[in-house]
This record gives sequence, structure tokens and C-alpha cells, in this order.
Amino acid sequence: MEITQQDVEKVAQLARLTLTASEKETFARQLSQILSHVAQLNQYDTTGIEPTTTVMGQVNVFREDLVRPSLPQEKALANAPERESDGFVVPKIIEER
Amino acid sequence: MSLHKLGLVELHKKFTAGEVTAAEIARAYFLRISQVEPKVKAFVTQTKDAANQQAEDLDQRLKVWRKTHPLTGMPLAVKDNICTDGVPTTCSSRMLQNFVPPYDATVVSKLRSQGYILVGKTNLDEFAMGSSTENSAFGPSRNPWDLHCVPGGSSGGSAAAVAAEECAAALGSDTGGSIRQPAAFCGVVGVKPTYGRVSRYGLVAFASSLDQIGPIARNVSDAAFLLQAIAGHDPMDSTSVDRPVPDYMKALQKRDLKNVRVGVPVEFFTEGLDPEVEGAVRDAINELKYLGAEVKDIRLPRTDAAVAVYYVIATAEASSNLARFDGVKFGFRAKETKDLLELYMKTRQEGFGPEVKRRIMLGTYVLSAGYYDAYYGKAQAVRTLVCQDFDAAFKEVDLIVTPATPTPAFKLGEKSEDPLQMYLSDIFTISVNLAGVPAIALPCGFSKAGLPIGLQLIGRAFEEDTMLRAAHAYEQSTAWYRQKPSVR
Repeated sequence: MEITQQDVEKVAQLARLTLTASEKETFARQLSQILSHVAQLNQYDTTGIEPTTTVMGQVNVFREDLVRPSLPQEKALANAPERESDGFVVPKIIEER
Repeated sequence: MSLHKLGLVELHKKFTAGEVTAAEIARAYFLRISQVEPKVKAFVTQTKDAANQQAEDLDQRLKVWRKTHPLTGMPLAVKDNICTDGVPTTCSSRMLQNFVPPYDATVVSKLRSQGYILVGKTNLDEFAMGSSTENSAFGPSRNPWDLHCVPGGSSGGSAAAVAAEECAAALGSDTGGSIRQPAAFCGVVGVKPTYGRVSRYGLVAFASSLDQIGPIARNVSDAAFLLQAIAGHDPMDSTSVDRPVPDYMKALQKRDLKNVRVGVPVEFFTEGLDPEVEGAVRDAINELKYLGAEVKDIRLPRTDAAVAVYYVIATAEASSNLARFDGVKFGFRAKETKDLLELYMKTRQEGFGPEVKRRIMLGTYVLSAGYYDAYYGKAQAVRTLVCQDFDAAFKEVDLIVTPATPTPAFKLGEKSEDPLQMYLSDIFTISVNLAGVPAIALPCGFSKAGLPIGLQLIGRAFEEDTMLRAAHAYEQSTAWYRQKPSVR
């Protein structure tokens, strides 16, 4: 499996990662190598085999919908990289016309 | 005798007998840490002042009302991807360098309710991704048996801290071998419990269908003692399982292995297995026979597929789990970004190290449109085949015995440039996580170079008791665990 630098750029965009030129080159090479190893999975016939989604067989774990104490606002904001009064600050999202 | 030389159970006995105080224990351990930590570098954060204060408060409280729990006053270390309220939890990443969790992981609140003493948070490969601690943003930990060697990973700091006697025992996490491989490399005992046996609430998620928290300790009874304290159902983790927790210490009382059937999977004894490791493991298998176990060859035919399945599933889950690190609510944020997209992209570029980026890239690729069925879907189906191998084997045997790792600890830098080689060093531990079954790594000898060799015992789901009993019987008849590194 050959991963090109264009593939790497596309995936990096999906993953929200800026990569340097040398990272792009390295990742193209290393991902190709790892995916070649992964290609050996094709030797296993999985026709009619259910994919594993859970190993211990639990499905749909429910609980009562109860009101419980939650994290106090001050604690929730304590790790904010940037905050203003009671909120997280982010760059402006809506462009001005 | 210096208190740091006592393991968890011995220390607990001495403490409950009133022969030592919590403050004396804490002082002894921080003295030990001050002596060896500059060489071993097991910790990201040490909590000396808080620990001494807690220990003194505890002693005062016990004067009034002498009520203790198994872990009261016990000095323990916690891997730095497990949240501790008010104590930084960095995942050895620049991304979380200044992150102070506002809550405890369930395992930590269980320890806290027993009055344990946190000595510090231990180093790991960034976000638990790696096999050597070399991917830590804060530099690698060292193997106490040979400071030029890696302690293994990702729970390398916990294993090194236990081996160097900087704590009575520690918690690690295991996604593909991250408790067992470092335990094997450092000559200590590590348990990966059954998936769902221990709550993952508050463990910073790497690969949610594989992650499990477990103990790393100096011997099997110490590991059983700590597992007892953290096991059990937790409503905060929907994958934790509501089943009674057996009395693990009681399970250890039986010292023979009569009526225990042990399987030796032929696929684990192939090329790539170091001859010294094979020799030590073969000797251990003979010892199990001597103890009364019925030993037979078995097959786990899809063993070869495990690493490939793992690196698709684990990276896919990681790419999703690590999407939360966006520089908005907590963690690192890149400076001077013009819009939200650039904020995300630069924050993640500067906050994550190379291995984390590599795995996010791989995981995003295998989940992306056009490749999902070929990679992720295929891997999930082959995972079912791997599980079927274990189901079939456990119809014939009660335990499976294998080497824990293909080689003893490798040198720092030896594999850091070749990710695939690094991934293949987990070949004997990965399939256990895919199947969700429990496994233990424990010492079974030493190489000529003086490095520990690890044995792995794999049990049926939720049968940690049988697994611990066999490990304990073996350990007590061989006593490899009594050998200690000199740390120099």
C-alpha cells in the first residue's frame, strides 16, 4: 500500500493536524510501511464473520435519568487556556460582511 | 530494615500492627525516591509535601479512632494518564502539561477512600502510545536493572518505580501490553484484568475497547492485594461489568496446581523469540508441571494477525478519542491563531508528539471514506477470529502460558526510529487485549546480561483468581522476585 504525500495532506486535514514538510514525507513512508503489514489481514477469510464491537457482551447499558450534582462552573473553567468571566474564549467564528 | 524494602502486603501488616506510622512510611519512601529517582526518572510529578501532610493527618486520626483499610497509609504511585483531583495529570504530553483534573478517576477515589498515600504520578509514553517511555514529552524513564535500557512502556514509569522500590506498588494501564511488557522488562509483576473488571472512568482514553487499568507490584500477592481494591462495577463506566469480585488473597492460599490445565500455544514459540527468553519460559513450564499442572500444546492460529488488527483498531479509536484535544476547554492552546480551524490545527501540531500524530494519522486513514471496510471493518472481523481462538483454547485448558515479550529490555534509542519494529515488540501481549481476557506478567529468570525475563499467564474472562493462584504458586517455588536491582 503506497501512501502519497497528497494522501497524507488529506488525512492531516481530516485529523485537524498541521504537518511540516518533513513530517509529511516521514508519515507517507511510515504509514505505507505499517499499512503493508496490515495488508496481511486479507489472508484471513472473514466471510460471514460478525465484526467484534464488544468483548464482554454488554449492550445498551441503561441507568435512571436522575438529577445529580455536576461539576461546579468554577472548577469546569479552571483549566481553560483562555476565559472571560463565565465562558471559554475562542477566535471569532462568524465572519463580518 | 529500611521500610522501602517491604512490599505492599508486608508493609500493610506492619502498619496495621502499629509497628510503624504512616508518617514514617512516607518519610522512608521519599528518602528512597531522593536517592534513586535522579537515575531512574520514573516520575512526572512527585507529591512529597501533600503525602507527608496526609500521612501525619492519618496518624492523628488513627490515634482517635483506629479504623484501617487494606491500603491505609500505603505509598502508591499512579500512572500519569489516570486522573487525580488537584494533582496534575499530563499523559506525558505537552498537550496536558498544565492540566489539573477537577475529579478523581474511580480507581483513585477507591484508593483515596481507603486512605492511601499518593507518592507521585509516573511517566509514560505520551497518551500511553509506545513500548519504551521514549515517547514521553518529558524524557524517558530508565530500567533500574540497566540504566542504558528502556523500562518498557507505556507504563514504564510505574514499573521502574516499583522495581526501584520508590513506591510499595503502582497503577498502570494496558491497551496492548502496557502493564505487562514494562513489568517483564523491570522484573516485577503486572496484571491486565479482564476488560470490564476495573472501571476506566477517569483514565484518559486511548483505545476504549482495549484499555484496562491494573496493578504493578513487587510480587503476586501484592498485585492481588491492589487488584482487590480497584476491581468492581462502576456506574460511571458503562463497559464495567456487574459481577461479584472474588477474594483474590484467599485464592492464593492454594499452593499446588493439581487439576489446573495449562496450554502452551505453539505460535508463540517461533522465530524472533530470543533463545534466552525461550529457555527461561520452557523452564517455567516445567516448573508448572512439577507443581501439578497438566501441560499440553494448544493452537492460537490467528496470533500472527494480532499486531495488524491492533494497530488498525487502537489507532482508529485513538483518532476519535484524541479529537477532544482542541485547545478550547482545557490543555494546551497554540498562540496567535487567526480563526478556529487554525486554532485546532496549530494546537494539535504543537501539542502532540510524533508517535501520537502518527497514530492519529493512521487511525484517521483507516476510518476515512473508501478505506473503512477494507481496514477497520476487516480488522474488527479478524478480531472476532482472534477471540474465537481463545474461546476454543479455553475449552481445553484453564490457563495459557507464554513469554511476556520476545526479548529482554532493549537499549534506549534502539527502536525509536522504526515504529513497526517497536509495534512488533508487543506481539505476545496484544491478542489478550483484543480478546478482553486477563493476563499477568511475572519474572521467570534473567538473561546473561542480567536483565529480567517475563512469563505471561493468560486466564479465562473474570477468572483472575485462578490466574493469580497459578502465578503465586510458581513465584513461591522459584523466588525470582526476591532479586532486586542495585540501581547504579
